Amino acid sequence: MSSTTATAPEAAPRVRSLPRRVLGRPELGSVVGAAAVFVFFAIVADSFLSASSLSTVLYASSTIGIMAVPVALLMIGGEFDLSAGVMVTSSALVSSMFSYQMTANVWVGVGVSLLVTLAIGFFNGFVLTRTKLPSFIITLGTFLMLTGLNLGFTKLISGTVSTKTIGDMEGFDSARALFASHFTLGDVDLQVTVLWWIGLVAVATWVLLRTRAGNWVFAVGGGVDAARAVGVPVRRTKIGLYMAVAFCAWVSGQHLLMSYDVVQSGEGVGNELLYIIAAVIGGCLMTGGYGSAIGSAVGAFIFGMTSKGIVYAQWNPDWFKFFLGAMLLLATLLNAWVRKRAEASK
Amino acid sequence: MARVRTGVRAVSAVLAAVLGATLAGCSSTGGKRAEERAAKAAQGRSAVDTPRWTFAMVTHSGDGDTFWDIVQSGAKQAAVKDNIKFLYAHDVEGNKQAQSVQAMIDQKVDGLIVSLAKPDAMKDVVAKAEKAGIPVITVNSGSDKSKEFGALTHIGQDEVIAGEAVGEQLNERGKKKAVCVLHEQGNVGHEQRCEGVKKSFKGEVVNLYVEGTNMPNVQSSIEAKLQSDKDVDAVVTLGAPFAPTAVKAAQQAGSKAEVDTFDLNAKVADSLKDGSLGFAVDQDPYLQGYEAVDLLWLYRYNRDMLGGGRPVLTGPQIVTKDDAKVLAEYTKRGTR
Repeated sequence: MSSTTATAPEAAPRVRSLPRRVLGRPELGSVVGAAAVFVFFAIVADSFLSASSLSTVLYASSTIGIMAVPVALLMIGGEFDLSAGVMVTSSALVSSMFSYQMTANVWVGVGVSLLVTLAIGFFNGFVLTRTKLPSFIITLGTFLMLTGLNLGFTKLISGTVSTKTIGDMEGFDSARALFASHFTLGDVDLQVTVLWWIGLVAVATWVLLRTRAGNWVFAVGGGVDAARAVGVPVRRTKIGLYMAVAFCAWVSGQHLLMSYDVVQSGEGVGNELLYIIAAVIGGCLMTGGYGSAIGSAVGAFIFGMTSKGIVYAQWNPDWFKFFLGAMLLLATLLNAWVRKRAEASK
Repeated sequence: MARVRTGVRAVSAVLAAVLGATLAGCSSTGGKRAEERAAKAAQGRSAVDTPRWTFAMVTHSGDGDTFWDIVQSGAKQAAVKDNIKFLYAHDVEGNKQAQSVQAMIDQKVDGLIVSLAKPDAMKDVVAKAEKAGIPVITVNSGSDKSKEFGALTHIGQDEVIAGEAVGEQLNERGKKKAVCVLHEQGNVGHEQRCEGVKKSFKGEVVNLYVEGTNMPNVQSSIEAKLQSDKDVDAVVTLGAPFAPTAVKAAQQAGSKAEVDTFDLNAKVADSLKDGSLGFAVDQDPYLQGYEAVDLLWLYRYNRDMLGGGRPVLTGPQIVTKDDAKVLAEYTKRGTR
């Protein structure tokens, strides 16, 4: 695997037939799963197939999906980020409070927030590559610190546990248009986050399959020492991946802020696991070196369908977590089985 | 093969023993049977001939929350009586709670009940419900925003007033220093309760934040606080499940502080009876759920609305040792 070729690592030297190529894709298992979940809820829930329901499901999926993309990339690169959930909240808090306290244009706060969030991502990557500690430990530390900072700072600055409204400040409307508007497509009302989500998936897929950086990601996830031996900049790649997570956390955070114009400081805890679940359902391996961005999108879509499908099916929500767990197991088993078949047929 | 057979035999012997013990050792007090007897007193059939409407409730409750369980049982009771199909969903995060409300609107429900703990997250979606012609009633939290968002009315308790009631009770009992235990960081209603206590209490109030999802942590935090500050003579918890934990913590710390609490449950009623708790201030969650469904029904049936545009209060009600005797029976069946 030389670092100069611009082909995807899973592309074998000879041209393979289309069904073979399809079978070799990491997201195949999850696509089958998504179709099954979709058909299931279409049958059991009468209102699931209406246009407004589908836009609600797509919106719910996009809020998870925007974060699942970089988390999937990071997992292909062989690392975790447990701070991703609260980082979203941190990012929203920074822009809101900076704009309010400085009485600045909202875009100033948004810009400052981007810098701060990227700095948090850089910190994660930098400490990881310097200390050689497992990313699980480092990002767990960041997660706890951010949770505390979110609450502590908000209470210190605003005097309460949520931020003050910035809806009447300059720049808010244009920022809302970018991060939290919605538009009508035919008779479906789509949130702009769905566009962000599709855009991020497209960019990440292009990077993974068509650029040198994408090869580096696969290489560091497959084996750090081997990658270093062939000249892959391991440290730069990992720091870059963490900063990609931070960038998407900033997008999600701005969306939360612009849609509700007030942020609750205690939120976001636990979402990091949802992002990881979406990536894993989409075919990422926990050990790194394998997976895809499209898979993470399919995983997020399955999650969105399940979480809202239970409401449409009018079931008791107490069982939601059980379904989520069962689905995670089934999807992962299906992925493993499909992968085995694909390898056997090569 | 032989080993399998001995295994099967051993398992069936154990099963038989368990079954025998269950049949032989009946308890004449408590347990499932007592619960069934009590539940029989709280049932009913539909008493109206209006069409079968669907009402949905979406709250900010976490998973497995005692308080919201009682709200639900009140709502379900009213739903049975009014021939209503009752749906329920909840999420702690404002964003996801709003999504669930949207999902209910997509289903074209006939009435909507929402809690506004995170009012800003719910603003747009409540407006959407009204645009779709669905009547909305807010419950439990958000009394100040309810009217502004265009809800028909709000049913709940004003948290500051409830806090003030606690402060006055503490004055009556001659307390000097109280600890207010907040078990959910980020909950505006909780902050308001402790503010209310501060307002009316003549002594000093200290806020203590604990991790409500982790009982041992709650106990050790209160213990540490009582050990380090000997002047504390009252501990106020903001939720019924935390009161017995606070009592344990006070015993462990060797503190003489009296424990008082917001909200009720069976354990709190018992502790009030035996005197290990001072008093409880109740907002009657059962009434919140029951009235929300019933008022929606009245609105659809007869365009009635209680409160004349002002919040309908279900509390605060101070519950002391004497009241607890009556209430104990109701808390056991999960309606108070």
